[in-house]
Amino acid sequence: MSVLVYLENWEGKFKKNSFEAAQYAAKTAEMMGTEAIGVSLGETDDLAVFGAYGLSKVISLGGADFGQFDNYKTASALKSIAEQNSADTLIISGTLNGKSVAPIASIMLNAGLITNVTELPSSVSPLTLKRSVFSSKGFVNYSSEEATKIVCFIPNSVGVTEGSGSCEVVQGNVSLDATPTTTINEVDRIKGKIPLPEAERVVSAGRGLKGPENWGMIEELAEVLDAGTACSKPVSDMGWRPHTEHVGQTGIAINPDLYIAIGISGAIQHLAGVSSSKVIVAINNDAEAPFFKAADYGIIGDAFEVVPKLTEAIRNFKATN
Amino acid sequence: MKVLVCISHVPDTTSKINFTSDNSEFDKNGVQFVINPYDEFGLTRAMWIKEKNGGTVTVVNVGSAETEPTLRKALAIGADDAVRIDANPSDGFFVASQIAALAKENNYDIIIAGRESIDYNGGQVPGMIAALLNQPFINGCIGLELEGNNAQMIREIDGGKEKLSADLPIVIGGQKGLVEEKDLRIPNMRGIMSARTKPLQVRPAIDSSSRTKVGDFEKPAPKSAVKMVDAENVQELVSLLHNEAKVI
Ligand SMILES: Cc1cc2nc3c(=O)[nH]c(=O)nc-3n(C[C@H](O)[C@H](O)[C@H](O)COP(=O)(O)OP(=O)(O)OC[C@H]3O[C@@H](n4cnc5c(N)ncnc54)[C@H](O)[C@@H]3O)c2cc1C
Ligand SMILES: Nc1ncnc2c1ncn2[C@@H]1O[C@H](COP(=O)(O)O)[C@@H](O)[C@H]1O
Repeated sequence: MSVLVYLENWEGKFKKNSFEAAQYAAKTAEMMGTEAIGVSLGETDDLAVFGAYGLSKVISLGGADFGQFDNYKTASALKSIAEQNSADTLIISGTLNGKSVAPIASIMLNAGLITNVTELPSSVSPLTLKRSVFSSKGFVNYSSEEATKIVCFIPNSVGVTEGSGSCEVVQGNVSLDATPTTTINEVDRIKGKIPLPEAERVVSAGRGLKGPENWGMIEELAEVLDAGTACSKPVSDMGWRPHTEHVGQTGIAINPDLYIAIGISGAIQHLAGVSSSKVIVAINNDAEAPFFKAADYGIIGDAFEVVPKLTEAIRNFKATN
Repeated sequence: MKVLVCISHVPDTTSKINFTSDNSEFDKNGVQFVINPYDEFGLTRAMWIKEKNGGTVTVVNVGSAETEPTLRKALAIGADDAVRIDANPSDGFFVASQIAALAKENNYDIIIAGRESIDYNGGQVPGMIAALLNQPFINGCIGLELEGNNAQMIREIDGGKEKLSADLPIVIGGQKGLVEEKDLRIPNMRGIMSARTKPLQVRPAIDSSSRTKVGDFEKPAPKSAVKMVDAENVQELVSLLHNEAKVI
């Protein structure tokens, strides 16, 4: 018995997501009284660092098969490593790639799959986990008694603390199943921006900003905060901002540590995608805006006056702290 | 082209979500059900495929009789026929097994499902259908063009997008971008009338099991009251975010 964790990399680099997944696996393994083993595909940064997050070992798989992300090959590799290590639990971070691998892996491994998980297991026999449902309007406890289980948790929902130490890194060997072929023709990453799902802080604006030309102050605030930028649905529908920034029930669901909503009314569909943010600030010139009911802090005022002042105040704060 | 669109029957996005008093179930009382928003994009995209390439669009739901109005709505939007697999959709694996069994009989060229259902937010069904059928799976799909037997697709990745291609048959987890919001078809009078006579087949479920079990529901902890900060005093907000909330 062991716990396996998929350590996703982005062009060879690891991110907070990967460390969070490792720690999630280590803590789960501890509850089960077993060890947690990482699986890494392709050429990457140093893997021994995962020892600091509790892994006993990382198995690295290289070669042409793993040069580019492929959901089936990833799932097939995870299956093979799981079998070699008699792993009965597989942890996957719910990134866009993770969500593409997990269901396939669950079929290959005949595993029970629990997705959208927000906490560490509350019990390991049977494996029981809290997951978010109805776009964060509720939670439910799920369990699975299958011999193999796959847990896919929401990135940034459990957090990560760095420890110390390093772990063993070994080159693994797998024989992949024959799987369907998809060809990647082009990868287009937005440079110099923090992807929303992994942003710890997010500055978001809505129709209250009047037009796309006014987003300069939003980006400035985001920059001083080291934050990602987001928007409400109508803003992306009107083409003021790219679709990738649309958050809410029908956009991306996010759960950053800090969410600042500027000129967004706080419609139920918007809140559904952002309400699990740890701290919410609403800035709106209408004292009756529903967002104030969902926020931790609020400022009633004109965004065009408040935002530049706030940016300045944070800049000063950063300079002195 | 034979296209299958998977339709999940979900509470309207404005619904207040409540659970029964013993927290064992979602309380459907007074809740309006609709086609899962992600599936609406897929359905309109399927109509475009049919209009350009010919063929048929079938919609499927795994659910009890109460989901039929949702399937009729999909027929009114333009699907040719509907299948309801008569069972309680107890988990992602169960639903995927049912739809995969239907697909094995009918050999669809493209199966379009949504990236996730807005009720249980599982994001499981399309990937499982693909794996059960051993067909390419493109999740978070925001673009789909066909050239003969080949599909060119765009999918969202963390921090960007990716262009891919695969030979049919394929399975897609779709979302906005397959078509834009403004392109979404809504039923018109003629559609509604003709939907009444379009075939809606009810199929018994195949023998399959669930691999997960649902326990107690709970509501999110209530938010404590908002702290208002004066617009003239943004400095105070900075202090609160630093000292109290500890997020900067
Ligand atoms: C099926 C469905 C799904 C949906 N999914 C989503 C979703 O995923 N995400 C989403 O965001 N929405 C979604 N919506 C839309 C949602 O219902 C709202 O219409 C939308 O969130 C409103 O966007 P907004 O707050 O930017 O605009 P508005 O509602 O127009 O609000 C603008 C706000 O800005 C304030 N304001 C104006 N001027 C200023 C100023 N100078 N300074 C400060 N404040 C100012 C106003 O007081 C107001 O509160 C969905 C709707 C449906 C029907
Ligand atoms: N009961 C169901 N019947 C038909 N299709 C479904 C059902 N449940 C889920 N789907 C499809 O699978 C997608 C993802 O759903 P889920 O995996 O439940 O989040 C949905 O958008 C639908 O296209």
